[in-house]
Amino acid sequence: MIVAQRKTIPDLLAIVEKHRKLLVLGCGTCVTVCLAGGQREVSIISSALRMAAKLKGLPLEVEEGTIERQCDNVFLEQAADTIKNHDAVLSLGCGAGVQALAERYSGKPVYAGLDTAFIGILEERGVWAEKCAACGACMLHLYGGICPVTRCAKHMLNGPCSGSREDHCEVDSARPCAWQLIYERLKSIGQLDELKKTKPPKNWRPSLAGGCRTIVREDHRV
Amino acid sequence: METETFQPKIVAFCCHYCAYSSADLAGSMRIQYPPNVRIIRTPCTGRLETEYFMKALETGADGVLVAGCLEGGCHFVEGNLCARRRVNYTRDLLVEIGIEKDRIRMVNISAAMARPLADTIADMVETVRKLGPNPIKRNGSSKSENPS
Repeated sequence: MIVAQRKTIPDLLAIVEKHRKLLVLGCGTCVTVCLAGGQREVSIISSALRMAAKLKGLPLEVEEGTIERQCDNVFLEQAADTIKNHDAVLSLGCGAGVQALAERYSGKPVYAGLDTAFIGILEERGVWAEKCAACGACMLHLYGGICPVTRCAKHMLNGPCSGSREDHCEVDSARPCAWQLIYERLKSIGQLDELKKTKPPKNWRPSLAGGCRTIVREDHRV
Repeated sequence: METETFQPKIVAFCCHYCAYSSADLAGSMRIQYPPNVRIIRTPCTGRLETEYFMKALETGADGVLVAGCLEGGCHFVEGNLCARRRVNYTRDLLVEIGIEKDRIRMVNISAAMARPLADTIADMVETVRKLGPNPIKRNGSSKSENPS
């Protein structure tokens, strides 16, 4: 899932203070699961904004709403009437949700209430960790399902950097060395031979370097 | 409003299994506590979410008291520990908003602790009295008349 975290209340207030009627719009998908932009967070952030605005003497009216998925036009339509009645929208969706809203409602100011952080998983209660950099050319099959692009601080693809200390990264001693994890994983599944194969230089063209990416499926187009 | 005469309105979320029972016991024992608290019984403080605390303060409460079981004594194992983390999160959020974080407090009370509950409530009332009315109410009307 996409993992995000909210901006601070002073930052949010600075973004929206020029408006009078604000809609705080949550998203019921990834950001609900990562406890950043679901219905509950919409309620909390809206309350906080109302209180902060009142303390500053700003005439800000804040209303709340949540739709199932902000990155999908079908669901965006459901919020059309509500959005029409407000001066601006503070989206608690990920970056994709904010942009989908801005494209669909071109005459309406749409602001991001969250900082979209990464694609990751819930590692333990209250802890999310990045697992995928969306590099566009997945090589997880070569590394026992552990991504060196994401989890190695130096993105090493042909072995460890030799800087690790006690199986932990020299860049961040709290983080396990990705290459140690790859070695142990390949060993446990009997695929250590994979490490003897030299990997060709990674094709970075499908990654973000060339600008935003588009996937077209002709078989699904109408 | 003079600090000495100000009567704060405190919303006290009390766990059914401990603090609420101790409030009951306080009544049976004729132990008095300040009438400034409005007690709300909850099945467990772990049921409480940050939004409840925020709504209470937004709609006119001057303070929020969350009273759960003693640590290790929660009927649902760790509900009170969850509540404490949420109270701490709310305290940080209040600082971001510009409101004194001491307007919300988490305490641990067992069902037999009628006297400590009364003392805790008195202390909370005194703390909030010193802080003065909820600043939300100072700047225009609060949403207390029409809570959402």
